Amino acid sequence: MGPPVRVGVLALQGDFREHLAVLRRLEVPAQEVRTVEDLEAVDALILPGGESTTIARLMAKSGLDRVIKKRGEAGMPLYGTCAGLILLAKELVEDRPQPLGLLDVTVDRNAYGRQVDSFEADIHIKSIGPFHAVFIRAPKITRCGPSVEILAEHDGAPVLVRQGNLLGSSFHPELTDDTRIHEFFLSFLGKP
Amino acid sequence: MAQAERGTFRVKSGLAEMLKGGVIMDVTNAEQARIAEEAGAVAVMALERVPADIRAAGGVARMADPKKIKEIMDAVTIPVMAKCRIGHFVEAQILEALGVDYIDESEVLTPADPENHIDKWQFKVPFVCGARDLPEACRRIAEGAAMIRTKGEAGTGNVVEAVRHMRLMNKQIREVVGASEEELVQLAKQWGAPLEVLRLIKQEGRLPVVNFAAGGIATPADAALMMQLGCDGVFVGSGIFKSADPERRARAIVEAVTYYNDPHKLAEISEDLGEPMRGIEISELAPEELLQTRGH
Repeated sequence: MGPPVRVGVLALQGDFREHLAVLRRLEVPAQEVRTVEDLEAVDALILPGGESTTIARLMAKSGLDRVIKKRGEAGMPLYGTCAGLILLAKELVEDRPQPLGLLDVTVDRNAYGRQVDSFEADIHIKSIGPFHAVFIRAPKITRCGPSVEILAEHDGAPVLVRQGNLLGSSFHPELTDDTRIHEFFLSFLGKP
Repeated sequence: MAQAERGTFRVKSGLAEMLKGGVIMDVTNAEQARIAEEAGAVAVMALERVPADIRAAGGVARMADPKKIKEIMDAVTIPVMAKCRIGHFVEAQILEALGVDYIDESEVLTPADPENHIDKWQFKVPFVCGARDLPEACRRIAEGAAMIRTKGEAGTGNVVEAVRHMRLMNKQIREVVGASEEELVQLAKQWGAPLEVLRLIKQEGRLPVVNFAAGGIATPADAALMMQLGCDGVFVGSGIFKSADPERRARAIVEAVTYYNDPHKLAEISEDLGEPMRGIEISELAPEELLQTRGH
């Protein structure tokens, strides 16, 4: 057995503390990632909810965008929630911000509407089961590439998708006490 | 088909969770809003005038013209907040109808009903409210506020009051955490703070909602100071667009909130930003000129 795996949470802005709390509950060694050096210490990375324009700007400024993309392409597990999903996407409907271009989906940032349209709903996740999902100014996935597996839908739109080592959700499992999606993501670490 | 529930407390406080580690900037027109978004603001506060100008203008300060708010909402993709007067629930209804993402029931505007704050449970849109201490924060939370900010002293460019309010809140949270149930009942009476909210604070060891700092933040170091004191993010009102180089200062404050614990980075970030807003010494203000004492 090698050293225990460490999971990073991108901590430039957003609800990274909630993701760290979930990982702590699962007793997984975890740490905040704010710099390129921080990223070197982790084996997987969660991109949290937050404001995607803000996080994208800080990623570019710190050089984290390039190294996250590189490691994502090399197989490091990456999970993006909400803003994190926007950042992982290959393509956005709007011209801003600049996404990492890893996950072969098109995302429409404000398609679900403004805050008064934010909602909670029960969804069904393939091989996980029923799940209570919280959507906050959520981004909508409008196109999935052939290698993308849709794991859950709401109202006809994909809301949880996987492409190999990449996972993305338009909702926030970290805002509930349900740790099953995080556990599912951690299972990516066992497989090449 | 799956049912969707809107306007729950979880989605209201949830948006505040997403704003954490970020900077919310006051803007008075579309151009400023774009500058703020470009600089990395997590949200903008749409206003007729920034607090420093409200202070200078005097008279009654009210909710901004809906036309102005719509212009700002059209200009950016990040959340847009707007202020209503304390107790003015019709201004709040109008802001909700406009579709703003957060309402600030704010002491920066002239209170409409100093005795009764808005019953915020009646709204689908979330509210942020100012507080000078923990009891005030508890009262706002009991009324339905989904986010709290320290009041500080808006429009002064002087961080001293924000620091005072944050330190007091931290001290009172420690007091609540250490209190027995009997002592909690006593604190609730003594402070005029709802017992239920105090119990939540004791249980979680912190405020049950996100708490930003506001009122006097003018430099990256001010912002980092408030973050090190334990706030979740900052509001910058006059501090950006009353400075010599708003774009640069805005970017610098955004970075300072991310790297608030790294003095070397803060040194880089703080370099060569041009003149900050001039600022006011609090003791030069007459008691009736203070905004923080509005509301209770």
